[in-house]
Amino acid sequence: MIVLLKKTNIDFIRKRFIFFAISGVMIAAGAVSMAVKGVNLGLDFTGGTLLQLRFDKPVATGDIRAALAKAGIETTLQSLDRNAYQVKVKGSQEKVNEVSDKILGAFTANLPGNAFTEEKRDYVGPVVGRDLAKKAVFAFILSFFGIIIYVAFRFSNPVWGAAGVLALMHDVFVAAGALSITNRELDLVIVAALLTIAGYSINDTIVIFDRMRENMRMFPRMPLGQLANTSINETLSRTLITNLTVLTVVAILFVFGGEVINNFAFTMLVGSICGTYSTIAIATPLVYQWDNKGK
Amino acid sequence: MNKLHWKIGTVLGLLILSFWLLYPTVEWYTKTSDDRAKTEAMRLRPKRILNLGLDLKGGTHMLLELDVEKLDKKEKLSDAMTRAIEIIRNRVDQYGVGETPISRQGERWISVDLPGISNTAEAENLIGKTALLEFRLVNTSNEAQSVLSKADGLTGPPVDNKGVLVPEIAKLMPKGTILCKAAPGPEGERARYYVLEDTVPVTGAYLENAHVSTDQQFGTPSISFTFNKEGGKLFENFTGANVNKFLAIVLDGVVHSAPVIKSRIGGGSGVIEGSFSMEEARNLAIILRAGALPAPVTIIEKRVVGPGLGEDSIKKGLSAAGIGFILVVVFMVFYYRAGGFVSDLALALNFVFLMAAMSYFGATLTLPGIAGIILSLAMAIDANVLILERMREELALSKPVAMVIPTGYDKAWSAILDSNVTTWIAAIFLFQFGSGPVKGFAVTLTIGLVVGMFTSVFVTRVIYEFWLTSNPKELSI
Repeated sequence: MIVLLKKTNIDFIRKRFIFFAISGVMIAAGAVSMAVKGVNLGLDFTGGTLLQLRFDKPVATGDIRAALAKAGIETTLQSLDRNAYQVKVKGSQEKVNEVSDKILGAFTANLPGNAFTEEKRDYVGPVVGRDLAKKAVFAFILSFFGIIIYVAFRFSNPVWGAAGVLALMHDVFVAAGALSITNRELDLVIVAALLTIAGYSINDTIVIFDRMRENMRMFPRMPLGQLANTSINETLSRTLITNLTVLTVVAILFVFGGEVINNFAFTMLVGSICGTYSTIAIATPLVYQWDNKGK
Repeated sequence: MNKLHWKIGTVLGLLILSFWLLYPTVEWYTKTSDDRAKTEAMRLRPKRILNLGLDLKGGTHMLLELDVEKLDKKEKLSDAMTRAIEIIRNRVDQYGVGETPISRQGERWISVDLPGISNTAEAENLIGKTALLEFRLVNTSNEAQSVLSKADGLTGPPVDNKGVLVPEIAKLMPKGTILCKAAPGPEGERARYYVLEDTVPVTGAYLENAHVSTDQQFGTPSISFTFNKEGGKLFENFTGANVNKFLAIVLDGVVHSAPVIKSRIGGGSGVIEGSFSMEEARNLAIILRAGALPAPVTIIEKRVVGPGLGEDSIKKGLSAAGIGFILVVVFMVFYYRAGGFVSDLALALNFVFLMAAMSYFGATLTLPGIAGIILSLAMAIDANVLILERMREELALSKPVAMVIPTGYDKAWSAILDSNVTTWIAAIFLFQFGSGPVKGFAVTLTIGLVVGMFTSVFVTRVIYEFWLTSNPKELSI
């Protein structure tokens, strides 16, 4: 039998204020970045136009920029390779093809002799952007409440549910902060990633809570601190093995998965690391902190 | 037959069922793309197969908004929406693209997916035109003449960009008339206008058929139409009462022609002339046949993915996921030995079951959908790890193998159930996104969680129990 971890006996509960401090710093870093730089909302929420074009012959980024500037179009430009570019114009646009026609016109006029094909075109009208943003916020709020209610019901204690949800909100917030720090866009696919993180983080937390519930039945006299520590230590090897396997897959997606899912993989990467940490260092200590005070 | 036999029978039975469900999908995607196109054109595409989302195979997604303010006050919104969807479906069907999911979204939005079409200008015209055909009398009074000469004298157009008449024109308009633009003439010519009566005696609602006809002399295309019986009678009476007046043929608020009514027109048919190209005339005939939308629609969202992009992203994403997967499979065998092998076996079954279930539901696979599959497989692995770790704990207490297995499963069960349900709670709220990539994620994750719980709890246990019958002393995990 190969064993990753011998039986451990780490006092996680006693170190809780160190963990709280580390999380405080991570959250603060994210919050500062969001306040200063803001969250880079994607086209799905701001509305706007995105065009991805592949040119027949390689073009320099400077030439593309010049062609657009000549036509007086202000855009965000991203080069995918020497031939392919993504042009994005964010903000409310009432008419569907207005901006893309302008951009295409600019290239036809200013880059003669270099034909191009459209690989991708997105247009999101202002109403749709607002609607999608509203739906995303609702998705988060409703699923948080759903989880609190379910956990409170299964563990017959609302404190546990609240601690679990606080830990997952911590993970979602840190991941969103990381997006802001690295200037990555928050779009619909990222919302899916953030909800995945939420689901995965609570999944992890539940495993430890489940062990605490079981140990409580077996050792009704054991003080809560010791109970929590024992439960974390007993499930530690499972926590690490599971999360390492997930981390492996996500890390490979991040490195080799290609441009399209890169932001998704990045969010998942940050979230799954953070989720493992918060399960051990935030959720369970929080239960101790709140439940012990009451007694 | 004992209980175990039944369980083994269940698993094998499900496996056979899965292969049977998967067969149409496999058959479909091993065909050449030409064969697929042919079958689609004949509308013989199998229903219960796994579909590829627009982000994977290329195509266009559009969201249309019905302009409720222009709706006939007598018509209920839900009726109007149903009718609009029906009409759009008719138009798209006649245009001849394969499977096109068209559905209502929210209160007054219509989502249209056009797989495989990435040159959308034509499709947009086809779907977005209201196609409201009206026959109105031209008002030729002196007041009307003064309106037209005033409009000619203006520097800008007589209508502002909200569609409201500019004040100096509005005060000149004779009572009970409207101002309509004429179809654009040759390039560079000034826009022309007509003053029309605001009563509409006959509309396109009475049309029975419409098709392209070509002028004998010049070969220019025009559209011939026939009225149904009721419309034919209306038209006959109307023309009979207005001989020597001008009849304007108005399509979507634009006057295409305004010939003189020379005599009562019987027989219930007519021709719309105008400077159409052959393509335009063909599409116009299609939308006239399909009928007018209850109110104009505007495109409020449009996403186009070219065919090349889909292929590239699918390849990269899949190969990365594949590598990750192989690593996990190898790790499980390395770390848990026979136990890991059982888990891997369950994982393979999980994949087959999941694909079969998705084919059966005719689900659509998108890129985020693949991410959902990966997540659900990760959760299945996690369930296996939970069970194996519990079994190891029980083994460490030197319990007999025959007891280790049931105890391991019993103790791991509550954690597996709770963790799957909470993830599922997070997933179901994604369904409200209605269509597109995020919903694809929710679909695969939800199906994946159910299948994953079944394989990691039921199937693996059957394998262990089967193995116990022959070698009850040892358990290598």
